[in-house]
Amino acid sequence: MNFDLTKEQTMIRKEVRKFAQKEIAPIAGELDEKEEFSSELTRKMGEIGLFGMFVSEKYDGQGMDYISYIIAVEEIARIDGSQAATIAAGNSLGIGPLYYFGSEEQKQKYLPKLCSGEALWGFGLTEPTAGSDAGGSKTTAVRDGDDWVINGSKIFITNAACDMTLGVTVQAITGTRDNGKPEYTCFIVEKDTPGFKAVPMHKKMMWRASNTAELYFDNVRVPKENMLGNQGDGFHQMLKTLDGGRLSIGSMGLGGAQGAYDLALKYAKDRKQFGQSISKFQAIAFKLADCAMEIECARNLMYKACWLRNENRPFEKEAAMAKLYCSELMGRVANHAVQIHGGYGLMKEYNVERFYRDQKLLDIGEGTSEVQRIVISRHIGC
Amino acid sequence: MNIVVLMKQVPDTEAPVEIAESNVAIDTEDTKWAINPYDEFSLEEALLIKEAKGDSKVTLVTVGPDHVAEAIRVAYAMGVDEAIHINDEIDDEVYGAVDPHTTAAIIAAALKDVPFDLIIAGQRAVDDDSYLVPALVANKLNLPIISLVTKQETTDTEINCVQSIDGGTAVVKAALPALITTQKGINEPRYPNFRAIMKAKKKKVDERELEDIGLDPENFGINGAKVKIRSMEFPPERGQGKIIEGSSPAEKAKILVNLLKEEASVI
Ligand SMILES: Cc1cc2nc3c(=O)[nH]c(=O)nc-3n(C[C@H](O)[C@H](O)[C@H](O)COP(=O)(O)OP(=O)(O)OC[C@H]3O[C@@H](n4cnc5c(N)ncnc54)[C@H](O)[C@@H]3O)c2cc1C
Repeated sequence: MNFDLTKEQTMIRKEVRKFAQKEIAPIAGELDEKEEFSSELTRKMGEIGLFGMFVSEKYDGQGMDYISYIIAVEEIARIDGSQAATIAAGNSLGIGPLYYFGSEEQKQKYLPKLCSGEALWGFGLTEPTAGSDAGGSKTTAVRDGDDWVINGSKIFITNAACDMTLGVTVQAITGTRDNGKPEYTCFIVEKDTPGFKAVPMHKKMMWRASNTAELYFDNVRVPKENMLGNQGDGFHQMLKTLDGGRLSIGSMGLGGAQGAYDLALKYAKDRKQFGQSISKFQAIAFKLADCAMEIECARNLMYKACWLRNENRPFEKEAAMAKLYCSELMGRVANHAVQIHGGYGLMKEYNVERFYRDQKLLDIGEGTSEVQRIVISRHIGC
Repeated sequence: MNIVVLMKQVPDTEAPVEIAESNVAIDTEDTKWAINPYDEFSLEEALLIKEAKGDSKVTLVTVGPDHVAEAIRVAYAMGVDEAIHINDEIDDEVYGAVDPHTTAAIIAAALKDVPFDLIIAGQRAVDDDSYLVPALVANKLNLPIISLVTKQETTDTEINCVQSIDGGTAVVKAALPALITTQKGINEPRYPNFRAIMKAKKKKVDERELEDIGLDPENFGINGAKVKIRSMEFPPERGQGKIIEGSSPAEKAKILVNLLKEEASVI
């Protein structure tokens, strides 16, 4: 058994950490407060290679392994959840499905722009009536000659309505399967297609510097070449995409937990009450010890799930476990971190309150904690 | 144009350092290492010159033990063409380069068979802060040196530099070959791109030992050092600040001036 990262993985961690500290940390609070998505920062993240990390160089990807990608998300999340969201959704939801299921032409057309970080892409699955239950979807696509005509709407779609958005992948019902259930197919919709509208959603509690959109499809006509994979592949594509996406959301929990813990440990050592550092009080020290232990557990679980994926072995159960554990862990750690900061922890100046808010999405996005428990319980034979 | 960059790997300034038991060195057991920040400026400047001129080559020269390999990979990922690593480990814990003099002698010897028009070094290394190595190298190679450069323009035969001096700047030029040292502000070092990190994996390092560059290890390390560290200690912790009490700002100012005169003797 070998727990060492490769030299490249270690370098990625170091470089991303440095980048996050220098380029993201100084502006994260302000972007959050203004609820502002920064194209400038996103492009900078693209320049160092944070998009298309697991995509082959043939499409201008970085040609790295999955663990490197997860480490990069973790390091960004250690500083800021919003930017980590842009990266995680950009790679796992935007680039991933095009790369894994797209035709050669589709890949040539879109991936180079997405991998360089010049443009972003959304993945539209969730609908107002279909969250955990994809069966509630109402968006349809109907064949008309050589085209498909899409009608419906999507909600909460990351990276889908900013000035860098090039288009979205959208899942629609294209018929009924033999077993009576709806047949799903994914389509590529470019942003300027007539009838398509993407509207940014505001007033979020968390990920305030990440772009979230509502999508409207009003007789949106796309050529049949815009189908992703084959007709009826949509459900399978979604499951595969979410399995990978879970790892990236999980690594945001892991990185966020580490970031909140780092802040708490430093503060606890600096803050003096009753004539000593509060880190000397057992009540505080034990909280920090628990955080350190759980972060260690979380990292091992997360990297193991990534390793399984890298080795092309089944990883669905471990991905669900890692997503669930890391997300909930960040909740516990951020809670302790605010508590350790006392009143200052509630003030924006001290950053931990941002971790505390940003965490909540992780219990909900890409399969809620309840859904992860359903997935795990199925895998263990309940 | 052939550009040589001198690079040193130093303890990461973000990470805490501990003094070793010997009391004359820092404990490097768990040290996190990084490229000396001023050398990042040198690397960036060399790459900028190469990109502007085309048809140039950037060669990195570094002295240090095995773990310097990590810094070399970063330099490769930034875009350096070739790296020469003088591994100065003589005998496990004994190193060849132990003071500015030994370091400069090793670098000068290594540069004997390396063609160069320009050598760029950091103004100082942030670990030992001696400020001496670039000047000693220039002296040994009989080169003009321009230190603390914040801007340069290089033709095939000469280099024009803006140099920061106390209270202002000076414009200085020298004929090539020459050595310059970089000052903060000269550029913003690039982040190595991930793809370049992967490519750096395949690049070879030209690793040499002291004998390979014609030096006798006997004359290096503690035998060759002109400066010997006798002991190390941390700077004293900063004392508590003082809050001046007084009934009015004018009174407080008066007390302050008095204290600055009498107690701190700074005015
Ligand atoms: C900021 C943000 C970004 C997002 N980005 C994207 C994106 O890019 N693309 C995309 O497609 N979606 C995206 N989403 C949507 C996200 O995936 C959904 O919000 C999530 O799947 C939950 O769906 P819902 O909000 O409709 O909640 P619901 O499914 O209505 O769930 C409500 C509650 O009921 C529970 N529940 C539901 N079913 C069960 C059950 N069977 N057993 C037990 N409990 C159950 C849930 O766990 C939850 O607690 C994003 C959401 C947010 C907030």
